[in-house]
Amino acid sequence: MQKTKLSRQQIANRLAQEFQDGWLVNLGIGIPTLCSNYDQGDREIIYHSENGVIGYGSIYPRGDEDLQLVNAGGQYVSLVPGASIVHHADSFAIIRGGMLDLTVMGAYEVAENGDFANWKTEGRKGGGIGGAMDLAVGAKRVFIAMQHTTRDGKPRLLKRCTLPITAKGVVKLIATDLGLFEVTEKGLLMREIAPGHRPEEVQSLTEANLIIADDLKEMEV
Amino acid sequence: MRNKVYGSFDEVVSDIPDGSTIMIPGFAGPGTPRNLIAALLRQGAKELTAISNHPGAGPFDHRMDLGRLVEAGRVRKVVCSFTASPHPSQATAFEKLYNDGAADGELVPQGTLAERIRAAAAGIGAFYTPTGVGTEMAEGKEHRVMNGKEYILEYPLHADYAFIRAYRSDTFGNLQYRLSQRNFNPIMAMAARTTIVEVEQDILDLGTMDPDQVHTPGICVDRVVHIPEDGIWEEAVYRD
Repeated sequence: MQKTKLSRQQIANRLAQEFQDGWLVNLGIGIPTLCSNYDQGDREIIYHSENGVIGYGSIYPRGDEDLQLVNAGGQYVSLVPGASIVHHADSFAIIRGGMLDLTVMGAYEVAENGDFANWKTEGRKGGGIGGAMDLAVGAKRVFIAMQHTTRDGKPRLLKRCTLPITAKGVVKLIATDLGLFEVTEKGLLMREIAPGHRPEEVQSLTEANLIIADDLKEMEV
Repeated sequence: MRNKVYGSFDEVVSDIPDGSTIMIPGFAGPGTPRNLIAALLRQGAKELTAISNHPGAGPFDHRMDLGRLVEAGRVRKVVCSFTASPHPSQATAFEKLYNDGAADGELVPQGTLAERIRAAAAGIGAFYTPTGVGTEMAEGKEHRVMNGKEYILEYPLHADYAFIRAYRSDTFGNLQYRLSQRNFNPIMAMAARTTIVEVEQDILDLGTMDPDQVHTPGICVDRVVHIPEDGIWEEAVYRD
Protein backbone atom coordinates (compact mmCIF):
# COMPACT_ATOMS: atom_id res chain seq x y z
CA MET A 1 0.00 0.00 0.00
CA GLN A 2 1.44 3.34 -1.02
CA LYS A 3 1.94 5.80 1.81
CA THR A 4 -0.11 8.92 1.12
CA LYS A 5 -0.85 12.09 3.05
CA LEU A 6 -4.07 13.95 2.38
CA SER A 7 -3.91 17.14 0.31
CA ARG A 8 -5.51 20.34 1.61
CA GLN A 9 -8.56 19.70 -0.58
CA GLN A 10 -8.79 16.09 0.67
CA ILE A 11 -8.68 17.26 4.30
CA ALA A 12 -11.53 19.66 3.49
CA ASN A 13 -13.46 16.97 1.62
CA ARG A 14 -13.26 14.58 4.58
CA LEU A 15 -14.91 17.13 6.88
CA ALA A 16 -17.41 18.15 4.20
CA GLN A 17 -18.61 14.51 4.12
CA GLU A 18 -19.81 15.00 7.70
CA PHE A 19 -22.10 17.94 6.81
CA GLN A 20 -25.78 17.07 7.15
CA ASP A 21 -28.64 18.12 4.89
CA GLY A 22 -29.99 21.54 5.83
CA TRP A 23 -27.04 22.60 7.98
CA LEU A 24 -26.03 26.26 8.23
CA VAL A 25 -22.22 26.18 8.03
CA ASN A 26 -19.50 28.82 8.48
CA LEU A 27 -16.13 28.17 6.85
CA GLY A 28 -12.97 29.88 8.07
CA ILE A 29 -9.98 31.10 6.07
CA GLY A 30 -7.57 28.52 4.65
CA ILE A 31 -8.36 24.82 4.27
CA PRO A 32 -11.95 25.27 5.60
CA THR A 33 -13.08 27.42 2.64
CA LEU A 34 -12.16 24.48 0.37
CA CYS A 35 -15.07 22.52 1.95
CA SER A 36 -17.48 24.39 -0.33
CA ASN A 37 -15.79 22.77 -3.37
CA TYR A 38 -16.99 19.33 -2.23
CA ASP A 39 -20.00 18.03 -4.16
CA GLN A 40 -22.71 17.45 -1.54
CA GLY A 41 -25.01 15.67 -4.01
CA ASP A 42 -28.62 15.87 -2.78
CA ARG A 43 -27.68 17.42 0.56
CA GLU A 44 -28.30 21.16 0.78
CA ILE A 45 -25.76 23.08 2.85
CA ILE A 46 -26.23 26.81 3.45
CA TYR A 47 -22.93 28.65 3.80
CA HIS A 48 -22.71 31.67 6.11
CA SER A 49 -19.87 34.18 6.00
CA GLU A 50 -19.10 36.45 8.96
CA ASN A 51 -19.41 39.58 6.81
CA GLY A 52 -23.14 38.95 6.60
CA VAL A 53 -23.54 36.78 3.51
CA ILE A 54 -26.01 33.93 3.99
CA GLY A 55 -26.17 31.45 1.10
CA TYR A 56 -23.01 31.83 -0.95
CA GLY A 57 -21.89 29.34 -3.55
CA SER A 58 -18.81 28.71 -5.62
CA ILE A 59 -15.84 31.04 -6.17
CA TYR A 60 -16.37 33.23 -9.27
CA PRO A 61 -14.14 32.68 -12.28
CA ARG A 62 -11.71 35.58 -12.69
CA GLY A 63 -13.18 38.36 -14.77
CA ASP A 64 -16.80 37.45 -13.92
CA GLU A 65 -16.61 38.39 -10.25
CA ASP A 66 -18.82 40.91 -8.48
CA LEU A 67 -16.40 43.20 -6.63
CA GLN A 68 -18.93 43.80 -3.86
CA LEU A 69 -19.39 40.18 -2.88
CA VAL A 70 -16.71 38.36 -0.89
CA ASN A 71 -16.58 35.51 1.61
CA ALA A 72 -14.65 35.57 4.92
CA GLY A 73 -11.41 34.94 3.04
CA GLY A 74 -11.96 37.88 0.71
CA GLN A 75 -12.62 35.58 -2.25
CA TYR A 76 -15.25 36.66 -4.80
CA VAL A 77 -18.17 34.26 -4.50
CA SER A 78 -21.55 33.69 -6.13
CA LEU A 79 -24.89 33.61 -4.34
CA VAL A 80 -27.35 30.72 -4.41
CA PRO A 81 -31.07 31.32 -5.01
CA GLY A 82 -32.60 32.40 -1.69
CA ALA A 83 -29.45 34.11 -0.40
CA SER A 84 -29.64 37.13 1.89
CA ILE A 85 -27.37 39.85 3.29
CA VAL A 86 -27.26 41.25 6.83
CA HIS A 87 -24.99 43.75 8.58
CA HIS A 88 -22.13 42.74 10.85
CA ALA A 89 -23.97 42.94 14.18
CA ASP A 90 -26.77 40.74 12.82
CA SER A 91 -24.25 38.35 11.28
CA PHE A 92 -22.71 37.83 14.71
CA ALA A 93 -26.15 37.60 16.32
CA ILE A 94 -26.64 34.60 14.03
CA ILE A 95 -23.26 33.23 15.15
CA ARG A 96 -23.59 33.84 18.92
CA GLY A 97 -27.31 33.16 18.91
CA GLY A 98 -26.72 29.50 18.13
CA MET A 99 -28.10 29.32 14.58
CA LEU A 100 -24.95 27.84 13.05
CA ASP A 101 -24.95 24.04 12.96
CA LEU A 102 -21.22 24.01 12.36
CA THR A 103 -18.11 26.13 12.02
CA VAL A 104 -14.96 24.75 10.39
CA MET A 105 -11.75 26.55 11.31
CA GLY A 106 -8.03 26.18 10.98
CA ALA A 107 -5.81 25.97 14.08
CA TYR A 108 -2.20 26.08 15.24
CA GLU A 109 -2.92 23.65 18.07
CA VAL A 110 -5.77 21.44 19.30
CA ALA A 111 -5.75 19.74 22.71
CA GLU A 112 -7.30 16.42 23.66
CA ASN A 113 -9.77 18.26 25.91
CA GLY A 114 -11.22 20.17 22.93
CA ASP A 115 -9.38 23.46 23.56
CA PHE A 116 -7.85 25.02 20.47
CA ALA A 117 -5.55 27.91 19.58
CA ASN A 118 -5.67 29.82 16.30
CA TRP A 119 -5.19 33.55 16.96
CA LYS A 120 -1.73 34.17 18.34
CA THR A 121 1.63 32.65 17.47
CA GLU A 122 4.71 32.34 19.62
CA GLY A 123 6.70 35.50 20.15
CA ARG A 124 4.45 37.86 18.22
CA LYS A 125 2.83 40.89 19.76
CA GLY A 126 -0.92 41.06 19.24
CA GLY A 127 -2.92 38.58 17.23
CA GLY A 128 -5.60 38.01 14.65
CA ILE A 129 -8.88 36.88 16.16
CA GLY A 130 -11.34 37.90 13.48
CA GLY A 131 -14.57 36.03 14.15
CA ALA A 132 -12.93 32.91 15.60
CA MET A 133 -13.82 33.41 19.29
CA ASP A 134 -17.46 34.23 18.51
CA LEU A 135 -17.75 31.28 16.13
CA ALA A 136 -16.14 28.93 18.65
CA VAL A 137 -18.63 29.73 21.43
CA GLY A 138 -21.67 30.25 19.22
CA ALA A 139 -21.77 27.38 16.74
CA LYS A 140 -23.34 24.07 17.74
CA ARG A 141 -20.22 22.20 16.54
CA VAL A 142 -16.59 23.13 15.89
CA PHE A 143 -14.54 21.10 13.40
CA ILE A 144 -10.85 21.78 12.77
CA ALA A 145 -8.99 21.31 9.48
CA MET A 146 -5.20 21.50 9.72
CA GLN A 147 -1.85 19.93 8.94
CA HIS A 148 -0.92 17.26 11.49
CA THR A 149 2.43 18.86 12.39
CA THR A 150 4.13 22.24 12.09
CA ARG A 151 6.56 22.88 9.22
CA ASP A 152 9.32 21.81 11.61
CA GLY A 153 7.54 18.51 12.27
CA LYS A 154 6.31 19.39 15.77
CA PRO A 155 2.95 17.96 16.88
CA ARG A 156 -0.14 20.16 16.79
CA LEU A 157 -2.44 17.65 18.50
CA LEU A 158 -1.43 18.15 22.11
CA LYS A 159 -2.31 17.17 25.67
CA ARG A 160 -2.79 20.88 26.45
CA CYS A 161 -2.45 23.94 24.20
CA THR A 162 0.76 25.91 24.69
CA LEU A 163 -0.43 28.98 22.74
CA PRO A 164 -3.19 31.28 24.06
CA ILE A 165 -6.48 29.50 23.36
CA THR A 166 -9.39 30.65 21.22
CA ALA A 167 -12.01 28.75 23.24
CA LYS A 168 -12.22 26.00 25.83
CA GLY A 169 -13.41 22.47 25.15
CA VAL A 170 -15.41 23.12 21.98
CA VAL A 171 -13.68 21.06 19.27
CA LYS A 172 -15.56 17.90 18.21
CA LEU A 173 -13.74 16.63 15.13
CA ILE A 174 -10.32 17.20 13.55
CA ALA A 175 -9.15 16.26 10.07
CA THR A 176 -5.45 16.41 9.25
CA ASP A 177 -3.27 15.11 6.44
CA LEU A 178 -2.77 11.95 8.55
CA GLY A 179 -6.20 11.11 9.90
CA LEU A 180 -9.60 11.89 11.33
CA PHE A 181 -9.82 12.39 15.10
CA GLU A 182 -12.78 12.78 17.43
CA VAL A 183 -12.60 14.53 20.80
CA THR A 184 -14.20 12.17 23.33
CA GLU A 185 -14.45 12.16 27.12
CA LYS A 186 -11.69 9.53 27.22
CA GLY A 187 -9.38 11.47 24.89
CA LEU A 188 -8.61 11.71 21.19
CA LEU A 189 -10.11 8.86 19.19
CA MET A 190 -8.42 8.16 15.86
CA ARG A 191 -11.28 7.01 13.62
CA GLU A 192 -9.48 7.06 10.28
CA ILE A 193 -5.88 6.99 9.10
CA ALA A 194 -4.14 8.20 5.93
CA PRO A 195 -3.40 5.42 3.39
CA GLY A 196 -0.33 3.29 4.08
CA HIS A 197 0.30 4.73 7.56
CA ARG A 198 0.52 2.71 10.76
CA PRO A 199 -1.18 4.01 13.94
CA GLU A 200 2.16 4.10 15.79
CA GLU A 201 3.58 6.40 13.10
CA VAL A 202 0.73 8.85 13.59
CA GLN A 203 1.11 8.55 17.38
CA SER A 204 4.80 9.45 17.09
CA LEU A 205 3.77 12.75 15.44
CA THR A 206 1.09 13.41 18.07
CA GLU A 207 1.68 14.58 21.64
CA ALA A 208 -1.77 13.57 22.91
CA ASN A 209 -2.36 9.88 23.55
CA LEU A 210 -4.40 8.50 20.69
CA ILE A 211 -7.16 5.97 21.28
CA ILE A 212 -7.27 3.80 18.17
CA ALA A 213 -10.81 3.01 17.03
CA ASP A 214 -11.67 -0.71 16.95
CA ASP A 215 -12.94 -0.19 13.43
CA LEU A 216 -10.08 2.12 12.31
CA LYS A 217 -10.58 2.86 8.62
CA GLU A 218 -8.14 3.85 5.96
CA MET A 219 -9.10 7.21 4.44
CA GLU A 220 -10.17 7.40 0.81
CA VAL A 221 -8.02 9.80 -1.16
CA MET B 1 -36.10 67.30 4.48
CA ARG B 2 -32.71 69.00 4.51
CA ASN B 3 -30.31 68.53 1.60
CA LYS B 4 -27.01 67.10 2.91
CA VAL B 5 -25.18 66.79 -0.40
CA TYR B 6 -21.70 68.34 -0.58
CA GLY B 7 -19.54 68.93 -3.63
CA SER B 8 -16.19 67.51 -2.57
CA PHE B 9 -14.50 65.04 -0.22
CA ASP B 10 -12.02 67.68 0.94
CA GLU B 11 -14.92 69.89 2.05
CA VAL B 12 -16.65 67.23 4.18
CA VAL B 13 -13.51 66.24 6.14
CA SER B 14 -12.07 69.76 6.48
CA ASP B 15 -13.24 70.28 10.09
CA ILE B 16 -12.05 66.93 11.52
CA PRO B 17 -9.66 67.87 14.35
CA ASP B 18 -6.52 66.12 15.57
CA GLY B 19 -7.31 63.49 18.20
CA SER B 20 -10.65 62.44 16.68
CA THR B 21 -12.03 58.92 16.93
CA ILE B 22 -13.18 57.67 13.53
CA MET B 23 -15.08 54.52 12.58
CA ILE B 24 -13.99 52.97 9.30
CA PRO B 25 -16.05 50.07 7.87
CA GLY B 26 -15.12 47.61 5.15
CA PHE B 27 -14.40 43.89 5.05
CA ALA B 28 -11.74 42.52 2.68
CA GLY B 29 -12.41 45.45 0.35
CA PRO B 30 -16.15 45.96 -0.15
CA GLY B 31 -17.66 48.79 1.87
CA THR B 32 -14.39 50.65 2.52
CA PRO B 33 -14.82 54.46 2.32
CA ARG B 34 -11.67 54.94 0.24
CA ASN B 35 -12.42 58.45 -1.03
CA LEU B 36 -13.01 59.84 2.47
CA ILE B 37 -9.82 58.17 3.74
CA ALA B 38 -7.87 59.74 0.85
CA ALA B 39 -9.36 63.15 1.68
CA LEU B 40 -8.43 62.82 5.36
CA LEU B 41 -4.90 61.87 4.33
CA ARG B 42 -4.70 65.14 2.33
CA GLN B 43 -6.31 67.09 5.20
CA GLY B 44 -3.57 66.05 7.63
CA ALA B 45 -5.46 65.32 10.89
CA LYS B 46 -3.28 63.34 13.29
CA GLU B 47 -3.36 61.55 16.67
CA LEU B 48 -6.43 59.71 15.39
CA THR B 49 -8.09 56.67 16.96
CA ALA B 50 -9.54 54.34 14.36
CA ILE B 51 -12.23 51.75 15.02
CA SER B 52 -12.16 49.24 12.20
CA ASN B 53 -12.30 45.47 11.77
CA HIS B 54 -8.85 45.50 10.19
CA PRO B 55 -6.02 48.04 10.62
CA GLY B 56 -5.65 48.27 6.84
CA ALA B 57 -3.13 47.30 4.25
CA GLY B 58 0.61 47.22 4.29
CA PRO B 59 3.22 47.28 1.56
CA PHE B 60 1.74 44.14 -0.06
CA ASP B 61 -1.48 45.95 -0.99
CA HIS B 62 -1.53 49.38 -2.64
CA ARG B 63 -5.24 50.06 -2.09
CA MET B 64 -6.40 53.20 -0.30
CA ASP B 65 -7.56 52.21 3.16
CA LEU B 66 -6.85 52.82 6.86
CA GLY B 67 -3.34 51.43 6.35
CA ARG B 68 -2.40 54.56 4.38
CA LEU B 69 -3.31 56.80 7.34
CA VAL B 70 -1.37 54.50 9.66
CA GLU B 71 1.65 54.49 7.35
CA ALA B 72 1.61 58.31 7.31
CA GLY B 73 1.84 58.35 11.11
CA ARG B 74 -1.61 59.90 11.62
CA VAL B 75 -3.06 57.13 13.77
CA ARG B 76 -2.33 56.83 17.48
CA LYS B 77 -4.49 53.78 18.14
CA VAL B 78 -6.51 51.18 16.26
CA VAL B 79 -9.34 49.18 17.81
CA CYS B 80 -9.72 46.09 15.62
CA SER B 81 -9.95 42.29 15.47
CA PHE B 82 -6.49 41.86 13.85
CA THR B 83 -3.51 43.55 15.55
CA ALA B 84 -1.26 40.98 13.83
CA SER B 85 -1.77 39.48 10.39
CA PRO B 86 -2.18 35.69 10.12
CA HIS B 87 1.13 35.47 8.28
CA PRO B 88 4.29 37.64 8.64
CA SER B 89 4.46 37.98 4.83
CA GLN B 90 1.23 39.99 5.02
CA ALA B 91 2.36 42.30 7.82
CA THR B 92 0.34 45.49 7.84
CA ALA B 93 1.67 49.03 8.19
CA PHE B 94 0.01 49.09 11.61
CA GLU B 95 1.73 45.92 12.79
CA LYS B 96 5.17 47.44 12.37
CA LEU B 97 4.30 50.59 14.33
CA TYR B 98 2.52 48.50 16.96
CA ASN B 99 5.52 46.24 17.43
CA ASP B 100 7.80 49.28 17.73
CA GLY B 101 5.47 50.86 20.30
CA ALA B 102 4.75 53.79 17.97
CA ALA B 103 1.02 53.00 17.79
CA ASP B 104 -1.38 51.49 20.27
CA GLY B 105 -3.76 48.63 19.54
CA GLU B 106 -6.85 47.19 21.19
CA LEU B 107 -7.63 43.67 20.06
CA VAL B 108 -11.34 42.81 20.10
CA PRO B 109 -13.08 39.67 18.81
CA GLN B 110 -15.00 40.64 15.69
CA GLY B 111 -18.49 39.93 17.02
CA THR B 112 -17.72 41.81 20.22
CA LEU B 113 -16.43 44.70 18.10
CA ALA B 114 -19.67 44.76 16.09
CA GLU B 115 -21.82 44.52 19.21
CA ARG B 116 -19.87 47.26 21.04
CA ILE B 117 -20.50 49.54 18.05
CA ARG B 118 -24.16 48.53 17.94
CA ALA B 119 -24.46 49.13 21.68
CA ALA B 120 -23.09 52.66 21.27
CA ALA B 121 -25.64 53.28 18.52
CA ALA B 122 -28.46 51.84 20.61
CA GLY B 123 -27.73 53.64 23.88
CA ILE B 124 -26.81 50.44 25.72
CA GLY B 125 -24.50 50.95 28.69
CA ALA B 126 -22.75 47.56 28.54
CA PHE B 127 -23.55 43.95 27.70
CA TYR B 128 -22.51 40.42 28.65
CA THR B 129 -21.14 38.12 25.95
CA PRO B 130 -19.88 34.52 26.10
CA THR B 131 -17.22 35.32 23.50
CA GLY B 132 -13.69 35.17 24.90
CA VAL B 133 -14.54 33.44 28.19
CA GLY B 134 -11.53 31.39 29.33
CA THR B 135 -9.14 33.24 27.01
CA GLU B 136 -6.74 36.19 27.32
CA MET B 137 -9.57 38.41 26.09
CA ALA B 138 -11.44 37.87 29.36
CA GLU B 139 -8.58 38.89 31.62
CA GLY B 140 -9.50 41.78 33.94
CA LYS B 141 -13.12 41.79 32.79
CA GLU B 142 -16.17 41.34 34.97
CA HIS B 143 -17.52 37.77 34.77
CA ARG B 144 -21.04 36.65 35.45
CA VAL B 145 -22.81 33.31 35.26
CA MET B 146 -26.39 33.40 34.01
CA ASN B 147 -28.49 30.28 33.49
CA GLY B 148 -25.35 28.20 33.98
CA LYS B 149 -23.38 29.94 31.22
CA GLU B 150 -20.43 32.25 31.80
CA TYR B 151 -20.26 35.71 30.25
CA ILE B 152 -17.93 38.73 30.32
CA LEU B 153 -18.91 42.39 30.43
CA GLU B 154 -18.13 44.57 27.41
CA TYR B 155 -18.66 48.31 26.93
CA PRO B 156 -19.87 50.35 23.94
CA LEU B 157 -17.52 51.99 21.44
CA HIS B 158 -18.39 55.58 20.62
CA ALA B 159 -16.87 57.70 17.86
CA ASP B 160 -16.74 61.31 16.75
CA TYR B 161 -17.02 60.43 13.06
CA ALA B 162 -18.01 57.52 10.85
CA PHE B 163 -16.86 57.30 7.24
CA ILE B 164 -19.44 55.35 5.24
CA ARG B 165 -19.47 53.82 1.77
CA ALA B 166 -22.94 53.33 0.30
CA TYR B 167 -24.39 52.23 -3.02
CA ARG B 168 -27.31 54.65 -3.11
CA SER B 169 -28.39 57.74 -1.23
CA ASP B 170 -31.05 60.38 -1.60
CA THR B 171 -30.40 64.05 -0.83
CA PHE B 172 -31.39 63.52 2.84
CA GLY B 173 -28.89 60.67 3.28
CA ASN B 174 -31.21 57.67 3.31
CA LEU B 175 -28.78 54.90 2.35
CA GLN B 176 -28.74 51.56 0.64
CA TYR B 177 -25.78 49.20 0.44
CA ARG B 178 -25.07 46.54 -2.14
CA LEU B 179 -24.18 42.91 -1.22
CA SER B 180 -21.25 42.44 1.17
CA GLN B 181 -20.49 46.17 1.02
CA ARG B 182 -22.95 46.46 3.90
CA ASN B 183 -20.81 44.84 6.67
CA PHE B 184 -20.05 47.40 9.42
CA ASN B 185 -21.54 50.39 7.53
CA PRO B 186 -25.08 50.47 9.01
CA ILE B 187 -23.96 50.10 12.65
CA MET B 188 -21.11 52.61 12.34
CA ALA B 189 -23.41 55.12 10.61
CA MET B 190 -25.66 54.99 13.68
CA ALA B 191 -22.92 54.97 16.33
CA ALA B 192 -20.89 58.07 15.44
CA ARG B 193 -21.73 61.66 16.32
CA THR B 194 -21.06 62.85 12.75
CA THR B 195 -21.62 60.48 9.82
CA ILE B 196 -20.06 61.25 6.43
CA VAL B 197 -20.94 59.18 3.37
CA GLU B 198 -19.43 58.51 -0.05
CA VAL B 199 -22.01 57.25 -2.54
CA GLU B 200 -21.52 55.25 -5.72
CA GLN B 201 -24.72 55.91 -7.66
CA ASP B 202 -26.12 59.31 -8.69
CA ILE B 203 -27.80 60.87 -5.68
CA LEU B 204 -31.57 60.44 -5.79
CA ASP B 205 -34.21 63.11 -5.37
CA LEU B 206 -36.10 63.16 -2.12
CA GLY B 207 -39.14 60.89 -2.26
CA THR B 208 -37.83 58.59 -4.99
CA MET B 209 -36.33 55.98 -2.65
CA ASP B 210 -38.63 53.21 -1.46
CA PRO B 211 -38.75 53.60 2.37
CA ASP B 212 -38.82 49.81 2.73
CA GLN B 213 -35.48 49.57 0.89
CA VAL B 214 -33.60 52.03 3.14
CA HIS B 215 -30.83 50.29 5.13
CA THR B 216 -29.63 53.37 7.06
CA PRO B 217 -32.17 56.13 7.72
CA GLY B 218 -31.13 59.65 6.71
CA ILE B 219 -31.59 60.94 10.27
CA CYS B 220 -28.28 59.14 11.09
CA VAL B 221 -26.40 60.83 8.24
CA ASP B 222 -24.86 64.30 8.19
CA ARG B 223 -22.90 64.73 4.95
CA VAL B 224 -23.11 63.00 1.57
CA VAL B 225 -20.74 63.16 -1.41
CA HIS B 226 -21.19 61.43 -4.77
CA ILE B 227 -18.06 59.57 -5.96
CA PRO B 228 -17.01 61.10 -9.30
CA GLU B 229 -15.93 58.90 -12.21
CA ASP B 230 -12.27 59.60 -11.42
CA GLY B 231 -12.81 58.79 -7.73
CA ILE B 232 -11.60 55.62 -6.02
CA TRP B 233 -13.58 52.49 -6.98
CA GLU B 234 -13.21 48.86 -5.96
CA GLU B 235 -10.64 46.93 -7.92
CA ALA B 236 -10.20 43.18 -8.09
CA VAL B 237 -7.77 41.59 -5.63
CA TYR B 238 -7.53 37.80 -5.85
CA ARG B 239 -6.88 35.58 -2.84
CA ASP B 240 -6.25 31.84 -2.85
